[in-house]
Amino acid sequence: MTDQAEGYTTADGRKIGGVVMEMKNITLRFGGVVAIHNISFDIREGEIRAIIGPNGAGKSSMLNVISGFYTPSEGEVWYKGAKRPPMKPYEVARQGVARTFQNIALFEGMSVLDNVMTGRLTHMKAGILPQMIWKGRAEAEETENRIIAERVIDFLEIQHIRKTPVARLPYGLKKRVELARALAAEPTILLLDEPMAGMNVEEKEDMCRFILDVNDEFGTTIALIEHDMGVVMDLSDRVVVMDYGKKIGDGSPDEVRNNQDVIDAYLGVQH
Amino acid sequence: MAQTQTGVGGLRSVPALLRRNASEFGTAPAYREKEFGIWQSWTWAETADEIEALALGLLNLGVKEGDFIAIIGRNRPYLYWTMTAAQMVGAVPVPMYQDAVAEEMAYVLEHCGARFAVVSDQEQVDKVIEVQDRLHQFEHLIYLDPRGLRKYDHSHLHQYSHVQNQGRAARDEWITELRAREAKLDYDSRAVMLYTSGTTGKPKGVVLSNRNVIESAKSSCAFDNLTRSDDVLAYLPMAWVGDFIFSIGQAYWTGFCVNCPENPETMMQDLREIGPTYFFAPPRVFETLLTTVMIRMEDAGRFKKRMFDKYMAVARRVGPAILDGKPVSFGDRLSYAIGNLLVYGPLKNTMGFSRVRVGYTAGEAIGPEIFEFYRSLGINLKQLYGQTEATVFITAQPDGEVRSDTVGVPSPGVELKIAENGEVFYRSPGVFVEYYKNPESTASTKDAEGWVATGDAGFIEEGSGHLRIIDRAKDVGKMADGSLFAPKYVENKLKFYPNILEAVVFGNGRDRCAAFINIDLAAVSSWAERNNIAYASYQELAGHPKVLEMVQSHVEEVNRSVAEDSMLAGCQVHRFVVLHKELDADDGELTRTRKVRRRIIEEKYADIIAALYDGSKTVSTRTEVTYEDGRKGYISATLDVRDAKVVPVASRMAAE
Repeated sequence: MTDQAEGYTTADGRKIGGVVMEMKNITLRFGGVVAIHNISFDIREGEIRAIIGPNGAGKSSMLNVISGFYTPSEGEVWYKGAKRPPMKPYEVARQGVARTFQNIALFEGMSVLDNVMTGRLTHMKAGILPQMIWKGRAEAEETENRIIAERVIDFLEIQHIRKTPVARLPYGLKKRVELARALAAEPTILLLDEPMAGMNVEEKEDMCRFILDVNDEFGTTIALIEHDMGVVMDLSDRVVVMDYGKKIGDGSPDEVRNNQDVIDAYLGVQH
Repeated sequence: MAQTQTGVGGLRSVPALLRRNASEFGTAPAYREKEFGIWQSWTWAETADEIEALALGLLNLGVKEGDFIAIIGRNRPYLYWTMTAAQMVGAVPVPMYQDAVAEEMAYVLEHCGARFAVVSDQEQVDKVIEVQDRLHQFEHLIYLDPRGLRKYDHSHLHQYSHVQNQGRAARDEWITELRAREAKLDYDSRAVMLYTSGTTGKPKGVVLSNRNVIESAKSSCAFDNLTRSDDVLAYLPMAWVGDFIFSIGQAYWTGFCVNCPENPETMMQDLREIGPTYFFAPPRVFETLLTTVMIRMEDAGRFKKRMFDKYMAVARRVGPAILDGKPVSFGDRLSYAIGNLLVYGPLKNTMGFSRVRVGYTAGEAIGPEIFEFYRSLGINLKQLYGQTEATVFITAQPDGEVRSDTVGVPSPGVELKIAENGEVFYRSPGVFVEYYKNPESTASTKDAEGWVATGDAGFIEEGSGHLRIIDRAKDVGKMADGSLFAPKYVENKLKFYPNILEAVVFGNGRDRCAAFINIDLAAVSSWAERNNIAYASYQELAGHPKVLEMVQSHVEEVNRSVAEDSMLAGCQVHRFVVLHKELDADDGELTRTRKVRRRIIEEKYADIIAALYDGSKTVSTRTEVTYEDGRKGYISATLDVRDAKVVPVASRMAAE
């Protein structure tokens, strides 16, 4: 894939740019268990890239490698044209990679607004003291961050729960708040770990709409893991398919759908 | 209030009022809207500037005098400005219901022949585009929120702010034309066209002139002493005449501030933050609010619950009298004051009614218990009777003469007369010009002398001079035995129960009455939770035996209360069904202002009505439903038909 010409244009006329992140021969081992075996793929600027595969295929591990939570045992992660040294997750976040989690990880006791504001933490530069006495830079920064947080709240239509503690919210809204927090970081790449899991049809439709709008309005590159095949095929520009830690397919939704290995992995074959 | 008072001083159109406000109190707030968590506000001078820029932009796009401009969206200052900008360029604004499905929109757009539409967002743009090829005259679509619209073909699609910018840029070119068109506006030019929701048949376009709007606003403001320091919350559909009169007519006349909520879901929070002094709501809003309060109190701790019950009893006993300024003993005043400190004050604050000076309910009869509840808290809630054709006001209750069973005395300038069959007629400066492109209907509604038929049956109470409305004239009927059938009367009694959202009573020409009931999901689900009743869907909850039992007990209580009135005792509900779906405006069962459309319901659910009268125990039915995007689907259900105990009328009369 990497030797392709710079970018391409999608069927609906969106311009997809050059490679923004590239995974080169990634292998991840936990002791004797090989979670990811020699996988390479790239993510291009402005595209929606899906990672799919049966349970235990290593999708979440792959997302964790991208977000810096795991350091690959072998292989390299290239980001914006440079090789990324081993990093802590918060350093990766500062570079512009934000994520949501499969099992919602919000601050339950805090309000929606405060949760969204935490998404701005990587952008706050004022020290502890100015923050405490609320003077100078800290104040200006907070105002600026609040504006961005409010725009995200408006974008995701969660104004009515702005001041509601997250613990009181239903599941579907929590998922949306998590997306809001990730968006507040104004990421270059947004990683979504099963954004639709456990949602009803209506909530899924809303979430799809939001993902497309985020990609469309902010030009955010999105990498997502999802089990709902309908959703994946509708949303994504390109799909990586994993099975038992190996890459068994990569390409447009149509290509992947007709790939025999993929069909076997999902429907099972006699060994 | 140093306001130029008469129409003679040049104030003969809505744009003229705007110019006056901008020059006389340009720095006072005219509009507020919460956006990005902050209340943004515009002064009258800024408002005039924004409106002028839009008007110039519209001229630039080629709006002609006499054009109709459709306006579709939720209450936002920008859309209110569009109304005035349209008037400025000699066009007629046509606000439409934003929740209307594309089909309904097509009818109105075609009927008025709109060449332009100003809409809020992608959802509305999609709807208009969907029906656009059927509208040969339609030309330009202007939208507010660009989200999701980037990839649309923009040859006939414009962003609101761009239209304004183009207007500003082309100011020199168009300003003379704008001034000339504005100067031509007078008392008789069309100010707005509003489509009536129509409980029967297709909607009709009611044309209102500047005279209608300004005269009605003027006299109603005087009636309630509304001033520039008042605040209203604009949250009712813009297509409804009430919203037009409050948010444009009265606001422009007095210069008070119109506040727009952030979005529909935040309405209650915004209401609290603004604390309007002048508030208007259909009974349903008050019912819902009361239901919410009651649910919360059911869940409250024992101490709070007892305190609430104790002081609400005090309020019910003396609250309305205190509000009306009638003599009340010192002891009662004292306990009311304590109650105010502990219960009423905080409760009013929670509901956002702390500052309400004048509150109105209209559109439908309000349950006396609901009405009394708010009045007993010290909220000056009054009733008003009006319709689109009258530019709202027919009768209203003056302070100190408020009762739940009347709709008040004729508003200033209104004459009333009751026809022989009991139908109410009125004549006033607010009487509409005509139904657009419908001279037959105009003639059958408004006679040569200017008297308008309301379609409601009522009578003027002797002594007080208040008007009392019995029911829609055509709904009032006779039972088979000749006794009076007034469905609304019974339905209102049923709807007072928080668990019952909607009721439809049948019985005209039959030997006994039967009813459809809709449960209130919020109230019943909370009740189900407290009683450990599991359910998966609205349908399952509505059909649960425990729920049916509860509804049955409500129906029987209503029967007992109806039986007390010998004239209406025949209207007791003998059998009823709890419907498996909520009656919905999208399915045509309610109007957009949520009034029941009896004829349509009777046709659609003919099978269930048959079951109500043939004695069967259950009925299987399949109902078509329309989704918000216009797609259709079906719900199938088997419903229990229940018998309710009735108070035997004949024996009771014998005992007397």
